Amino acid sequence: MSLALALEPKALEANNIPITNSVLYLDGVSVSFDGFKALNNLSLMIGEAEMRAVIGPNGAGKTTMMDVITGKTRPDTGTALYDRGRRDLLQMDVAQIADAGIGRKFQKPSVFESQTVGDNILLALKGPRGAFSSIFGARGRMLRNQIAEVLERVSLADAVSKPAGGLSHGQKQWLEIGMLLAQDPKLLLVDEPVAGMTDAETEATADLLKDIAKTRSVVVVEHDMTFVRALGVKVTCLHEGSVLAEGALGEVSSNPRVIEVYLGR
Amino acid sequence: MSRFVNTPLVDRPGRYFLAVLAAVAILAPALNLLLPASSPLHVPGQGVELLGKYLCYALLALAIDLAWGYCGILSLGHGAFFALGGYAMGMYLMRQIGARGVYANPLLPDFMVFLNWKQLPWFWHGFDSFAFAALMVVAVPGLLAFVFGALAFRSRVTGVYFSIITQAMTYALMLAFFRNDMGFGGNNGLTDFKDIVGLPLQSPGTRAGLLVAIIAALAGSYLVSRALVTSAYGKVLAAIRDAEARTSFLGFRTENFKLLVFVVSAIMAGIAGALYVPIVGIINPSEFRPEASIEAVVWVAVGGRGTLIGAVLGAVGVNYLKTVVTTGMLAPYWLFVLGGLFIAVTLALPGGLMGSGAAIRNLIGRLQNRPAALPEAAE
Repeated sequence: MSLALALEPKALEANNIPITNSVLYLDGVSVSFDGFKALNNLSLMIGEAEMRAVIGPNGAGKTTMMDVITGKTRPDTGTALYDRGRRDLLQMDVAQIADAGIGRKFQKPSVFESQTVGDNILLALKGPRGAFSSIFGARGRMLRNQIAEVLERVSLADAVSKPAGGLSHGQKQWLEIGMLLAQDPKLLLVDEPVAGMTDAETEATADLLKDIAKTRSVVVVEHDMTFVRALGVKVTCLHEGSVLAEGALGEVSSNPRVIEVYLGR
Repeated sequence: MSRFVNTPLVDRPGRYFLAVLAAVAILAPALNLLLPASSPLHVPGQGVELLGKYLCYALLALAIDLAWGYCGILSLGHGAFFALGGYAMGMYLMRQIGARGVYANPLLPDFMVFLNWKQLPWFWHGFDSFAFAALMVVAVPGLLAFVFGALAFRSRVTGVYFSIITQAMTYALMLAFFRNDMGFGGNNGLTDFKDIVGLPLQSPGTRAGLLVAIIAALAGSYLVSRALVTSAYGKVLAAIRDAEARTSFLGFRTENFKLLVFVVSAIMAGIAGALYVPIVGIINPSEFRPEASIEAVVWVAVGGRGTLIGAVLGAVGVNYLKTVVTTGMLAPYWLFVLGGLFIAVTLALPGGLMGSGAAIRNLIGRLQNRPAALPEAAE
């Protein structure tokens, strides 16, 4: 704990962007479940079109952090601002946050298995999401080429009318990334995108995410260090609910505390 | 519009289904009214009544399937919406009796005279008009479903907890309607109806007309349901059924989608109840029995959940079976038959009757592909 605090000035220094340039701004966020501190005074700032890799051992608070950002979990204390500090995420519910442009890919691929690949994208496409407008209005008229465009990008164009449940594990992960893209978010939260993928698939996924990060901010939570290295972006290491180290991968992975708690000697 | 985005409103099974309904709507009244009773093809009046009753149950099952099969909302209280629709129609039919009741009171129904009431309670006003009663048939179940659903879905009451509180809802309504001072005829309910929109209820012509109206309501509700489930709205419903949390992370207010389908479903159940009352001639609080709602869910499961047509087949099939069993020597064991049927379908035909074709093809395929496996297994 004291060591983590000692590292904090360095973390802040590395994170030296003003709120008005941030897509996401978390400050002093704490969440506890029955006395267990899942997040402990966590601060994190993500800039425009920045990709950030978040690493850390199990229980470090990576998923809880995503839950706070997407409105699933309310923190006990702290600030969570979005879109240059203009919107307070803690005042918004899950659907509002999603609508405001924060998309989330879950750890376990969660596509709608009983529906076709194309329908999965249709469901995710940005647009009016009211119950009545979906019967009479825009969502019913969304065009095939919008769906095809997204599927092209995640290499699933041929699978458009196949049931999503029949896809391979890697393809489901891609479909979910495609659903994220269809939401046209400003900020993508991607939880373990390459878990269970082959090496070739992992490489293709890294390229895809890098391409996406040219225009959008992306936060990737991942355990696979080869993949994190392939992304080549700034890394934040979480431990016991707060930031342990932040910087380039080489810097972070040579940090003695990170080696001790996470990478192993 | 692309094909994978939109499935046709009426698919091939739907065309067969509507054709069969049309044939029944023409043939049953014709064979009842035009042929002499001595003809072997004559449909007796009792047959028309039974058919009408089965098809009202079928409409109730269709309503349950729309919410359960397509959005995963398992209501075990849809009998309440059915009964409320039935009571709204029953109140209209009571007012039509006029001075022809036992006590010949031109204003008050018999049970009110019997209870020594002096004036019509406020909530009975307006029910002398068919249009007002028809509006109430839709509005009362719809409003109850709206309030109940809004409270439940906003508070994220889902799954089995939702099913349990719908049981509590119908049970509470049953207890309330059993009370004489509620003003709905207590445990006798409403009965002794004479006519509907000026036509005598006992005449074969009126009953045949009622049957046609029931079939029209069933076909209309089928088309409305298909329109909902084949639209983008239906895809969101299925997404909520399969992964509600995921759907809300896409930005959908899932509670609003659920509320809409629940209200539409309750209105269909109310219409079913309203058509049921004139053809059977009585409505009483036993229609609110929790078991009645559970039985309706069994019809849907037997027919095949999430198929609409399966719900209709299940309702007609199980109720025909019930008529046969409860008039024979197996009568005391009907609930065992029903329970056994439910277990058998769940184990052997998870897709219900509508899924049986695929299940049988699957079985034949397995037998053909592995002929050598059979003798081995016997060793």
